[in-house]
Amino acid sequence: MIVAENLGKKFDNFTAVHDLDLHVQAGELLALLGPNGAGKTTTVRMLSSILRPTTGRAAVNGYDVVREAAQVRRSIGMLTEQPGLYLRMTGIEYLLFYGRLYGMSDAAIQERGFALFNRFGMADAHDRRLGQYSKGMRQKVGLIRAMLHKPSVLLLDEPTSAMDPHSAKLVRDTIKEMRDDQRAIILCTHNLAEAESLADRIAIIKKGAIVAKGTPTELKQQLLGLPQLEVRVDQHLNGQLQELALENLVTVEAIGDNTIRYRTPNPQQTNPLVVRRLGDLGLGIISLQEVSQSLEDVYLRVVAEETTEN
Amino acid sequence: MAQLTFKPFLKPLRLGRDDWRMAAVVARREIKDSFRDWRIMTPIILLTVFFPALMNFAAGRMMSFVSNYGAQIIATQLIPFLLLVVGFFPMSFSLIIALETFVGEKERKSLEPLLATPLTDYQLYLGKMIAVLVPPLLAAYLGMAVYLTGLYVNLGWTPSLQLLGQTLLLTTVQGVIMVAAAVVISSQTTSVRAANLLASFIIVPMALLIQGEAAALFWGNHVGLWWLILALAITAVVLIRMGLHLFKREELMGRDLDEVRLGWILAEFWAVLSGRRENNGRYPNPFRWYRQTLALIPQLRHPAATLTLALLGALGMGVVLAFIYRLPPEMLAQFTGESISANLDQLQIVARGLPLAIFFQNVRVLLLLALLGTFTFGVLGILVFMLPWVIVGFAAGQIFLAGESPLLFLAATILPHAIFELPAILLAAAAALRWHLTVIAPPPDRTLSEAFMATSAEFARVFLGLSLPLLLLAAFVEAYVTPQVLRAAYSG
Repeated sequence: MIVAENLGKKFDNFTAVHDLDLHVQAGELLALLGPNGAGKTTTVRMLSSILRPTTGRAAVNGYDVVREAAQVRRSIGMLTEQPGLYLRMTGIEYLLFYGRLYGMSDAAIQERGFALFNRFGMADAHDRRLGQYSKGMRQKVGLIRAMLHKPSVLLLDEPTSAMDPHSAKLVRDTIKEMRDDQRAIILCTHNLAEAESLADRIAIIKKGAIVAKGTPTELKQQLLGLPQLEVRVDQHLNGQLQELALENLVTVEAIGDNTIRYRTPNPQQTNPLVVRRLGDLGLGIISLQEVSQSLEDVYLRVVAEETTEN
Repeated sequence: MAQLTFKPFLKPLRLGRDDWRMAAVVARREIKDSFRDWRIMTPIILLTVFFPALMNFAAGRMMSFVSNYGAQIIATQLIPFLLLVVGFFPMSFSLIIALETFVGEKERKSLEPLLATPLTDYQLYLGKMIAVLVPPLLAAYLGMAVYLTGLYVNLGWTPSLQLLGQTLLLTTVQGVIMVAAAVVISSQTTSVRAANLLASFIIVPMALLIQGEAAALFWGNHVGLWWLILALAITAVVLIRMGLHLFKREELMGRDLDEVRLGWILAEFWAVLSGRRENNGRYPNPFRWYRQTLALIPQLRHPAATLTLALLGALGMGVVLAFIYRLPPEMLAQFTGESISANLDQLQIVARGLPLAIFFQNVRVLLLLALLGTFTFGVLGILVFMLPWVIVGFAAGQIFLAGESPLLFLAATILPHAIFELPAILLAAAAALRWHLTVIAPPPDRTLSEAFMATSAEFARVFLGLSLPLLLLAAFVEAYVTPQVLRAAYSG
């Protein structure tokens, strides 16, 4: 659905994006993460045929973004970070305008428009001027605009940034449904929890290039290493003794007052051995669990590298 | 060697039904939006209803005042001008709306969603043009109708069909020009502030134009006004085509700052002028530089052909003028063989002292041509190029009328040095024209500024490398050889 190979964009002497490879299948959601100015917006603009790539190629829904720009734009629904509405229009007038640009009939626009307004809890707002809408409502109208013509590909930039938790959940559920409906979705966001809950795969972009790519689990392994496990015991620990006991079995990372943290590539086999050896030392096991590693840790690791480089 | 290709800018534009339909969707939304904006509607209503009524009152007072002194003719000549003003004032609003049309949307962040729709650049541009033109134009027509109705009711004055037609056409064409130019500005700037500042490039010429039209209306020069309407219509078409060529969504979203990049400008100019661009970043040796410069000549064939046509037209115009404005017989006698022969010695003395003066005069004219053409899309450049040939044609015509052979005259007085001078001027003027027209039709693979800098540097290469040596040679031939040929031709 979305293919980008060696994609790059240069503005005069500034390289905004370079050597970017992306593949998003139908029914897949890719979260594009990265610090401000990393090249996310430029990438989305190239994929929506607004900007011409200076290197490489990209195709959306089978259409080349340079040679078949009109078909590309017909295939996509785009939500920009700021919805950019015409504030003197009513909600339904706005949708009628955009729907007509996609060649939809007025009846079809109204049917779909009203359904989407209902879905997002704005049934009674369609005939109000957009200038009277709250920030979150405007964001929803932007999303409705992007979904109106049932595009095969959705490019969404911060879809829930201005929303209250309830609305944000509503939008997230809708995005999941769209994905399940076999649409390819690219989601640009700084909301890492949202990315983790929605994304099938994640790409982290930094200084115009993708520096990490994979499923959330793969990324955690790739950037944070093996899963970290923590065993809590019922006695005060003498660090050196326990470390010796676990030598050659796991990599001990930290020993606290009554906790030991370690990593192992094969927890299914190793964990029972760890429990047995600690038991041999006369320690009672209170708990053994995996230390949670969030996408935020992954992301911060990448950003920290950037800071260090700078 | 990467060269820019000169393309005729008036190539046919194909717009299908679908293009007009989509443009209408864009236009309808924008017009509706304008009608909902009190900041636009209030002044338009004031200028449409109250201002014409005021003008009406002024016309009535003026008529009664001048009739006391038996000078009604002054008032009757001023009334058509007021009609033009009544139409122009609401029309001037189109400028403000148009200046804002692209860049304003960009500032309000509503442009990007629009650019992500299937609208083509042409459809979007056309839709915007219609949207900014229609409300002020309707207001202008309405204002004129109010003014004329008032005049008819109060004074019983009605305009002639010709005057009415000319005023309506002038108002319409002026509106289109202002809108087309303003849309070009709006699509090339990154802030409304910058667009407003650049609007003076529209306002000042329009103010001068109105003054010219006022003079023409006052003196009742309707033939002149028809020519003016034709010239304005051509300008409008050129500006619209220029806007269509320049309008690229890439440009709209690719820039966030209007900055003067002097370093970049100088670097681009020098890279092309020095030949480093074509030589992988290294300076070429002089022979290679010359080969590269000579390779530019085929790129100049279209502008050179245009200028050759202009040259022939200028010669023809000169001959026609000679027949219209025949010199008195005593002056014509100066052109006979005996008189020319008698003046030769004096001519030689003067010419011998002047080869460098001739050279510098030609250089000055070429630089003036290049300079004037930069902000008139090459028009003034072409006129400067044509002017000497009008004089040559005029002189040849007078020679013919004096009973002498114009061909012999041209062969003796022009041909020897023209062999070098004409190619020199033609090459430089063609390179200049190619540079000037880049603004109207930049190549699709480069930005306007890149293309403009490249063609300006290529003009400099042709001028320095080819035209200057030829002009120097021509100046010496004109000073030393041409008088001898003249003497041989006319002294027998």
